[in-house]
Amino acid sequence: MARTRRAFLKGLAYAGGTAAVSAVPAVASEPRKAPDDAVGMLYDTTRCIGCKACVVACHEANDLPPDTRGDVLYDAPQSLNDRTKNIIKLYQEDGRRSYMKQQCMHCIDPACVGACMIGALQKREHGIVTWDSDRCIGCRYCQVACPYNVPKFEWEEANPRIIKCELCNHRLAEGKEPACCEVCPRDAVIYGKYDELLAEAKKRMVDHPGRYVDKIYGEHDGGGTQVLYLSHVPFEKLGLPELGDEAVPKLNRTIQHGVYKGMIAPAALYVAMGAVMLRNRRKGDQGDES
Amino acid sequence: MSEHKATPVGGSLMTPSTRILLFVFMVGAALTVWRFAVGLGPSTGLSDGYPWGLWIAFDVVTGTALACGGYAMALLVYIFNKGKYHPLVRPALLTSALGYSVAAIGIIIDVGRPWFIWRIPISVGKWNLDSALLEVALCVMAYVMVLWIELSPAFLEKWQDSGNTGLASFSRGLSKFMDKALIWFIALGMLLPTMHQSSLGSVIMLAGPRLHTLWHTPWLPFLYLISCIAMGYAVVVMESTLSSRAFGRQREDKMLASLSGVTSGILFLFVAVRFLDLFLRGRGPLLIGEGYYSVMFWLETVLFLAPAIMLAGSRGRARIGTMFRASMMIVVAGSLYRFDSYLVAFNPGPGWSYFPSVPEIVITLGLVAMEIMVFIMLVKSFPILSGTSPMPAHRK
Repeated sequence: MARTRRAFLKGLAYAGGTAAVSAVPAVASEPRKAPDDAVGMLYDTTRCIGCKACVVACHEANDLPPDTRGDVLYDAPQSLNDRTKNIIKLYQEDGRRSYMKQQCMHCIDPACVGACMIGALQKREHGIVTWDSDRCIGCRYCQVACPYNVPKFEWEEANPRIIKCELCNHRLAEGKEPACCEVCPRDAVIYGKYDELLAEAKKRMVDHPGRYVDKIYGEHDGGGTQVLYLSHVPFEKLGLPELGDEAVPKLNRTIQHGVYKGMIAPAALYVAMGAVMLRNRRKGDQGDES
Repeated sequence: MSEHKATPVGGSLMTPSTRILLFVFMVGAALTVWRFAVGLGPSTGLSDGYPWGLWIAFDVVTGTALACGGYAMALLVYIFNKGKYHPLVRPALLTSALGYSVAAIGIIIDVGRPWFIWRIPISVGKWNLDSALLEVALCVMAYVMVLWIELSPAFLEKWQDSGNTGLASFSRGLSKFMDKALIWFIALGMLLPTMHQSSLGSVIMLAGPRLHTLWHTPWLPFLYLISCIAMGYAVVVMESTLSSRAFGRQREDKMLASLSGVTSGILFLFVAVRFLDLFLRGRGPLLIGEGYYSVMFWLETVLFLAPAIMLAGSRGRARIGTMFRASMMIVVAGSLYRFDSYLVAFNPGPGWSYFPSVPEIVITLGLVAMEIMVFIMLVKSFPILSGTSPMPAHRK
């Protein structure tokens, strides 16, 4: 019995050791960077007047029906939902106010993409996070994973889809801008190459000292996002979470790839268990003694 | 081992209690048809803030953990070579096979587009190896099959004596093959739960900042793994006690007592790892002052510690009543831990709330009713339970 158990423990130790060793490179891996052709948006709260032209334009550009379920005006979505990929909200407290634009952040290392089983959600051309109907089984893990609560589900459909901003990639293909950026009368949201947007945000902070909170949201947050924010009120007031600099899916990736690298550890465990059982069978029942 | 030979319990398949179970199942089935017609919005309490609810937290995450009896018993009997537990294996495997089958059905009801599920196992080139859920999906699909294969000797034994000569000779042939091959299926039957039960912890770990820090830890996979083993043993104790009462079997108290000793150790380890992790990462202060999160955490801790203490001494283990009560607490503790990490400690932000709708609850009850009903019918017809000597098995 002692020998059998030793064999088993050896197998376990080997499996565990392999996992630990192969986890090291994953731990040390560099944070992901935006692709070279990355595009994105820059939203500036100090320029937004809350006209919501972008909300209407988004509905039109993406063939989404107007959301009349709020029972107010003809199109009054309460938040991002199955008919709304882009929304303007108002923050108001102690006489301070700010508008806030919400849509997909197009993370550099997105949690939804890390969650998705067979890659319905992926970073495709220009680093845009898009959804592929043929690969989605509607498990909604993307909704659980996204720290910004962006992907929405068609709850009232028998064959539901995931609805989220895809940066108007169908318009980009025609050489146009995303609809929200095109219609914005104050250039509160602008479209451009990721590097240029980041430079522009930094320039605005230098040009207007004291106007903004001392940070560009999305430069590092959650591993970085291709949609960047400048604001005159603290970002958490606008509903942007404090995520730290590490990408949300990084911990999971480290563990999954560490333990399952090349399936070596599971295979070793499998063979070890089979071997222990074969030996046990040959030696016969050990009954009560240990 | 002849004294441990499993035999069918016998008796009529349709009794008043199975009729009630059948009725509950039929109501659930009808509501399931309706759920597919109208979509998930009108039929459930789910929302974009709480996209996962009762079906995932209970039917899948908790249900499969409660179905870990087969896994836990296999570890003990085949790896640690404790042949004395052998009579507990088949009923544990049946409970597991049924529990996992129900979880699989629960997933089909829960996902929005189940008609594409078949694409997951075959789309090898598209597999996202970052996704813990992919691993869970593949493992659970495989494990449901492995469990029924592990259980197949029970069916083959009966069919060998069947009047139908074709079926009898087929069963005899397959039995011979299974004798040789079964070890490798059993090994798979231990590898797969080790993988996916820990990965159920990884799945919710990805919720990261939205999961309360008292629950979010890199140790989630490990905690999920060891707690499912404890839950597996607890279910075996309960199932053995209940079936010895219901079917007049010999009691297996001695076996259950030493089993409970193992369980106690696992529970202490669970609590120790949890507290060490919290303090080492400087999160000890969260144990107080986090409102109902702290309360839930302590409730879990008490529910894990109490049975650990009850089962630690040989005095507690000498009494079947104590063991049964402790096992119930373990089941509640493990279930609460899973509900908390998937629902209660999951915070999608202000303005969202979730409570399961009546159809959600009834569909879940229907699945549980079906599970119990099929268990009763199978132990009556097939050699699963041992020690049922007082009531000779009679065939129809």
